[in-house]
Order: sequence, then structure tokens, then C-alpha cells
Amino acid sequence: MNEKTTNKMNNVGRPSAPNQAESASEQIESASKHPTFTGNKALQINEPLLYEVGSIGQTGVDIATPRDIKTNRLGGLDRTTEIGLYGLSEPETMRHYVRLSQKNFAIDMAMYPLGSCTMKHNPRINEKIARLPGLADVHPLQPQQTVTGAIEVIETLAEWLMKLTGMAAVAMSPKAGAHGELCGMMAIEAALRARYEQGSETKKRTKVLIPESAHGTNPATAVFVGYQVVTIKTRDDGTVDPKDIKAALNDEIAAIMLTNPNTCGLFERDIMEIADAVHDAGAFFYCDGANFNAIMGRAKPGDLGVDAMHINLHKTFSTPHGGGGPGAGPVVLSEALAKFAPVPFVKRQGDRVTLVEHTENTASFGRMTAFHGQMGMNTRALAYILSHGQDGIKQAAEDAVLNANYIKAKLKDVMTPAFEEQSAGFKRPAMHEALFTDDFLKDTGITTLDFAKAMIDEGFHPMTMYFPLVVHGAMLIEPTESESKASLDLFIATMRDLALSAKNKQTNRFLGAPFHAPMKRLDETLAARKPILKWQKPQPQAEAAE
Amino acid sequence: MRYLPHSPQDRETMLAAIGVNSIDDLFAEIPQSVRIKDGFGLPNHATELEVDRYFRKQSDKNLAASGAAFFIGGGAYRHHVPATVDHLIQRSEFLTAYTPYQPEISQGTLQTLFEFQTQVAQLYDMEIANASMYDGSTGTGEAVLMAHRATKRKKAIVSGGVHPQYIEVIENLSDFGSKQVVKLPATPQALGKAEIEKIIAQLDTETSCVVVQTPNFFGELSDFTALADAVHAVKALLIVVVTEIVSLGAVKAPGTMGADIVVGEGQSIGVGLNFGGPYVGLFATTKKLLRQMPGRVCGQTVDADGKRGFVLTMSTREQHIRREKATSNICTNAGLCTLAFTIHMALLGEVGLRKMAMSSHNGAVALAERLAKINNIDVLTTSFFNEFTIRLNGHNANDIVNALAAQNILAGLPVSRLLPHGDNDNLLIIAVTETNTDEDFDLLETALKGAMA
Repeated sequence: MNEKTTNKMNNVGRPSAPNQAESASEQIESASKHPTFTGNKALQINEPLLYEVGSIGQTGVDIATPRDIKTNRLGGLDRTTEIGLYGLSEPETMRHYVRLSQKNFAIDMAMYPLGSCTMKHNPRINEKIARLPGLADVHPLQPQQTVTGAIEVIETLAEWLMKLTGMAAVAMSPKAGAHGELCGMMAIEAALRARYEQGSETKKRTKVLIPESAHGTNPATAVFVGYQVVTIKTRDDGTVDPKDIKAALNDEIAAIMLTNPNTCGLFERDIMEIADAVHDAGAFFYCDGANFNAIMGRAKPGDLGVDAMHINLHKTFSTPHGGGGPGAGPVVLSEALAKFAPVPFVKRQGDRVTLVEHTENTASFGRMTAFHGQMGMNTRALAYILSHGQDGIKQAAEDAVLNANYIKAKLKDVMTPAFEEQSAGFKRPAMHEALFTDDFLKDTGITTLDFAKAMIDEGFHPMTMYFPLVVHGAMLIEPTESESKASLDLFIATMRDLALSAKNKQTNRFLGAPFHAPMKRLDETLAARKPILKWQKPQPQAEAAE
Repeated sequence: MRYLPHSPQDRETMLAAIGVNSIDDLFAEIPQSVRIKDGFGLPNHATELEVDRYFRKQSDKNLAASGAAFFIGGGAYRHHVPATVDHLIQRSEFLTAYTPYQPEISQGTLQTLFEFQTQVAQLYDMEIANASMYDGSTGTGEAVLMAHRATKRKKAIVSGGVHPQYIEVIENLSDFGSKQVVKLPATPQALGKAEIEKIIAQLDTETSCVVVQTPNFFGELSDFTALADAVHAVKALLIVVVTEIVSLGAVKAPGTMGADIVVGEGQSIGVGLNFGGPYVGLFATTKKLLRQMPGRVCGQTVDADGKRGFVLTMSTREQHIRREKATSNICTNAGLCTLAFTIHMALLGEVGLRKMAMSSHNGAVALAERLAKINNIDVLTTSFFNEFTIRLNGHNANDIVNALAAQNILAGLPVSRLLPHGDNDNLLIIAVTETNTDEDFDLLETALKGAMA
């Protein structure tokens, strides 16, 4: 609760004539002149922590009385001390979490152009079918003959993913994109180990090539699997130069990890030459599939020479982002890597589908996770895929690319598109993302961060900031195919207005923004310097004073 | 296509604004030779009704837990999740938000993560918890790697009582990371006190960590207090795995026993069975080890007006800042599943969780006593929470489970399903929760009697 307003009656609540000319800053000023008793602002209701509204004695669930037994069998390990959990009744629970939800921005509210995250519409039929009892209320270790319908769903999604990507196999168990990367790199290492064992190669391959524009997960993953990272620079036009790759390739290189379309939103136009060179050197091509949304239905990664690629079901195939998960990261594999795929995998013999759960008698490298992966995400992704069909999937990719290029075209005179100068004379289309640098903010005193925070006040989620690292003050905008033209036009008009304001050095709109969000800017340095990671019971006054 | 807002006219207008003639011009950089011309030989778009029908057909082929007398555990448990939980997690603001990169407009997600971290730390009796892992198994793998980092050693000693698939995950990560795993035998008789003595005898200054589980895979409960002391004496770390979080409503917490890292599965609370995923990995440790901890962390701070708020913090451990020097490659957490966990736990509170735990435990005790009276059945587990192992003398557990499944009784988990090598074809693990009725017990008892005759 706002301490300044506590215990002060609001006696200025009478309606007054609206002032049409009132500017944003005047509105803020007037709001501060009309403090409320509660500190709430109409629909913006403050909500304390569960531990400040609940209590240890409260519960919102009625549970049948436990059966009578003579003695318990906990072996003397009873939990005798208080756990400290706080509870709420059902209506209180509803209010607590509904109020909290209202402090979140979401795709369902407005445009969420977070580059590289593909914040597209999440269809609700996906949610509905994922909750069917035969798909949601089944145990992963039930006898397999009682869950054939579920196994077939995995098989059908796997088939679509293999056909859309033109690959020979798919590992369905990875739990998220980064987990998929790990799986793909493990398959590559397993294939290399097989070479050493067969004696076809004697020298260990210990290094992985990664462009500097790559997602941070790529180098982290390579190291996890025991490789050293060799960074490849990005050339002036935002792509990698096959000459640089060729110069770096030798018999120590295990793989290249390349994102395509890359994180600058550009198609790596020399990708086939790169793939050939990588294969000629005996290495493998890992493709980060985070941006598959741009090319699905137009090109197959398998045809481009990819050996392994994860697919983020929560990006490309619309499973909900859920505040940061759960994700799902199936990995498609080429013929050369297929047999090394982790367990479990689906095996079909005539009418019978089974899940192979053990590595015996297979070349499988092992197991990524308990059970079978993110079934709940598989059902949702397949519902999305079946809804679109092959025609809709292609159209979705085309609309995503169309929208990004439309934004770029409409903003390029007031903002600074990345790599535009270097590409003079050859206008290169963006793929599904439009990347800008902070050049247009030069000498304004306004940073990319300030600009992003001002977007919040305008009712938009900011784009991805400061990534990729290869351009200064990056602003990476990914509209996805879900935005209507009217929505894009409003976004464009807003961005133009903000850019012109910035150029005119109207800094008060930016510095200190957001002004209209539930919170002002948060002190991240304080959070990191003095970590408070859980609620702690306040000390009684007397003790605290000591 | 119902998800795509543009009309053909919109597309034409936009192409003109971009200054190209056709959509193909925007894909000009894809080499000619690989452009797809005629689709994939797959179906075109479908109506919502058609999609609904397909999934109903698939769903109807399966035997849902709700349609059976259900006794399977083994790392995933069927508990009742209040309707409120599923409603709240489907609110657009939670469902369709992403990682709270912009804290000013993400306080909903952030505050629930802070509540979640508090709940996990309390349940485990540990100082700090992270904002979740993918699931219990991957979290356990990460815990071992964290111990290796913290101790600068490479050897993990893993109890045979740890869930076999969790061990496979540890082995897989260790294999690729050139780390050593010493695995103890996984038979119910070799576990408990006997195993703890064996582990203590094996501890040395190469040992980075010891991984144990309670209740273990076969259901047995153990006290690890003495083990913790022995592990600390060689400056190694004790990792305790808990696959049934509800047990901590009745059983002494791993933190109380001296664990350095506690990791496990939170699926029992709020999430449901989901055929194995998505689940939610719970991860907690000591303040001392904070900077070695993988995964996202939410922390408290203030905004420019001095108002309390929450942000993602300690990101200097993470891959988007540290790249190849990161503590882990993990980029997401279990998101919506952590929310479901938090809400269900808030609904339960201390009172509800304890009652749910005792309801599960007492049911298991009652059922174990009934089954022990059947000819040729031995209950092998002495102290347990809600899961115990029985031996079906002279019978193959897998065959019996299959026979009972045909009668809509999912009788339990044959040990041989996860441990196919070993003298355990006649072992069956049975789990009981508050969802099991007396009628379920009658059905199982009668069917087992019939099958054992």
C-alpha cells in the first residue's frame, strides 16, 4: 500500500468536467493530485504477496478425511515442524491471482513484437483438445496398449515436422529450444564418436564454429557438450561470409551452429555453400531453428544441408509462451544423425505403434529427460498444424515476412534499419523480423531502453532490445503473421511519432518512462546486489530494533 | 484461414508499400533450387470442428486415469487439481505473456514466481529456490553439474534408489561432459541403511556429490542426516531428489537433513499427468551456492517511486550474458506449470497440503495391509509415504498389469518397465493418492487375488 495515502480520506472524488486538451504529462500530474485512500487507481488494484493476504490456517480446498489407520508408516520421519505455507480460501485465491494477472502484458491484449520470440496468436482450440482426458489424464508409464492414441499424436506431429523440414528423423523428447540444441549437439558428438570407434577418423574434433550474431544459448550448449567455441564474425551486411567459414574449417571442427534466418532477420544467402564446405570438412551443420516461422512451407532445412535443427513449438507452432514456458524443442535430424536420436522414440510395425524406451540394440545416444517429452505441447502444436494445413502454414510464413518488411519499409525514413547502407544498390528483404539500430537516437540523450519504455506507455510490448549484439542498440521487431493491417498501421504510426519526438529531443516522454504502467522502472542493480529471493516473515518490532 | 487477418487486398497494398511486385520477391534470397513448388503432399487447412474431431478420436483410444482404478506412480502422480487452478492459468494475461523481460508490465508473472520460490524453499526447508527447471529429471542432471562446478570435482555417486530415468539423464549429461558416475545397484533389498553405509565407505576427495532420493523409486523413506555429515566431511555436496512433492506435507524435509541441493518434480501440485510433460522441476539450494545455481531467478527490488516490485535477477550467470561461460544453457523455465503449482499450493496452504499428504499416506497404508494378506504377495517396503513395492511370487508383474489393464485397472508400475535387466520381473510398485476410493481398493484386491490364484 502506498504509505503516503494511507489514512487520508479521498475528499476530492467529485466528478469534474473532462479537459479534452489535457496532455499525457498533465494527466499524470492530475493523477498525483488525486491520491486515493487505498492507493489503487480504479482498475489498477494493488495486490500484496500471498504471504501478506493469506495465513497458515487458511485453505481453499476441501479434502476428504484421511482413512483411519492404526499407526503411520513414515518410519519416524514425520514432519513435526511448521512448513510455513500460507493458504487462501477459493474466492480469495481467485481475486489474488486475477489481480496479479492484470499486471501482465499479453499477446491477447496488443501487439507483442518481441524479436526472435515469435509472439503469435495462441488458438484456444489447442487448449481445449490438450485437456481431453485421453490426452491429459494419462500416465507416461501406463501399459502402452492403453495409450496408442497418444503415441499416434506424437507420431503424426513427428511426420509433419519431418516433412516440413525435409529431414529423416525427429527427436520428440527435448523440453525446450535450448534442450533441443543440446540434443542436436549430442547427436552430432555421438556420430563423431562412432567414427572414432570405427577408426574412420582418429583425431578428436573439439571445436564448434558459432557466428557472433548467434543466440547466447548456442555457445552455452556447445560448451555443455564439451566443445570449445570459435566465433565467426558477421560481415557488413549482417550475414556470415562463406570465406570466413572455409578459413576456419579444419579437422578439429565438429560442427557449425548457424541460425537461419539469422538473428538479424536475414536469410543466410550462402547457406548451401556453407553447408557443402562444412560437410566436405567432415563436420556437421546444426541449425538453430528459432526462426523457422519465416521459411516454413517455402523451403526445407533438409534441402539446405542442415544435419540437425530444433523447432521451438512455442514459437513457430503457437503453443502458449506461458510467462516463460513450458517450451518444447523437438529436433529434426538428417540421415547421418537419425540413428543416434535419444530414447524414447516411436516405432511403427503395421498397425502397432510403440515407444522404444531403452537404448539396448539401438545406436541411440541416451536419454534427455524422464518420460516422453512435452506431450501437452505436442497436442497443441499438432492442433495448430492441422488447422493451418500445408497451405495455411505457407501463408503464415508469407504473412509474417510481409508484415516485417511492411514495418521496415514504413519506418526506414525515421528509424535506422540495420545493414541498409551496406546493402546499397541491392535492396535485401528482411525475413520475418525488422532490425533497427539506435543511430537515429544519436545525440538525443535517449537510449534504446528509453525508447522501449516509452512504447510501453503507448500500449505496446517493446521489441527485443540490445540483441543481436552485432549492431549498436539493437531493436529487433517481429510482428508475426497474427497482426492485422490496421494493427500494424497503428504500431507504425506510433513508432513514427516516438521517433520524431526523440529526434526533436522531447526527452521527457522517454527518460523515466513508463509513466502509465503499474510500476515505474525497477532497480535491477539493487536486486542483483542484495538478492531477496523469497518472502521472509517480518521480525517482531523489538527484535528488529536490536 | 481463421488465424490470418489479411485480405488479399491488404496483401497487395502492403506489397506495393514495400515496393515489390509479389510475395516471391521477399523470398528472393532462398536459392531457386530449394524453393518448394508443390507443397508436401500433406492435407490443407482444417476447420476447428475437424481438428476437434481428430483429437477426440485419438483421446478415445486411450484409457484415461479418470476412467480406471488407478495406482501408477513412479515419478508422476495423479492428484486432484481444483478447477480454479486451470481457470486461472488460462487467463490471457498469464497464458499469452512471455518471459518477464519488461518488469514494469510483467509484475503478475514476477510476483507469482517470487511466491513460487518461497513455497519451494519452505517445502524443501532450504534457503533459496530458483524459478523452476524443465522437470525433475533434467533438474537432477543440472544439480549434478552444479555440484561439479562448485566442488571442481567430477565424480557423482548415485543411489540405486533414484528414479532409473533420472539416472539415465545424469549418465547422459555426464557422458557428454566427461564426468564420472558411480551407480549403486537398484534392488529394494540393497537400499536404505545398507546402501547409505556403502556410500559412506566410498566417499573420497574426488567425490563431488552424492545423489539420493526420498521416498526412493521403490517407495522407501530414508533419513539422510548421517549421510549429509559424512558427505560434508569430504567437502562434497549432498543432492536429495524428491519425485513426489506431496510427501513433504508429511515427511521431514531434505533441507532439515542437511542437503546442499534439493531437486525434484512438482507435477503432483497443479499440473496433472499429461503423459509425461510438461511438468515442473523444483530446485533449491543454499545461499552459499547461489551463484552456481542454474535457471532463472526472480528477486525483490523497488521501482523509481520506491514501491516494491520484482525482476528477473542474477542474470550474469545466464547464457544471454555469459554465453559460453554460463552456468547452464537453460533459457526458459516451466512458466505456466510454475503458476499452476503456485496457485494450487496457495489454495491448499499448510493445512490442505498436510491433509492431502495424510490422505495419500493413510490410503497407501490401508491398501498395503490388504494386499499383504493375499497369498504369494509380499509387501517389501517398510517405511513409505504413498508408494510401496510388492513381490508377486511366481508371477510376472508386467503380465499381471496387462491383464488388469484390460479390466480398467491400472494396477501399478512393473519395475521391469524401467529396469529391464535384473531379477525384478515379479516386482510391482503401487501408488495411492487422495483420489483413490475404497471401490478402487476393492477392484484391485479382487483382481490381484484372481490373477495370483
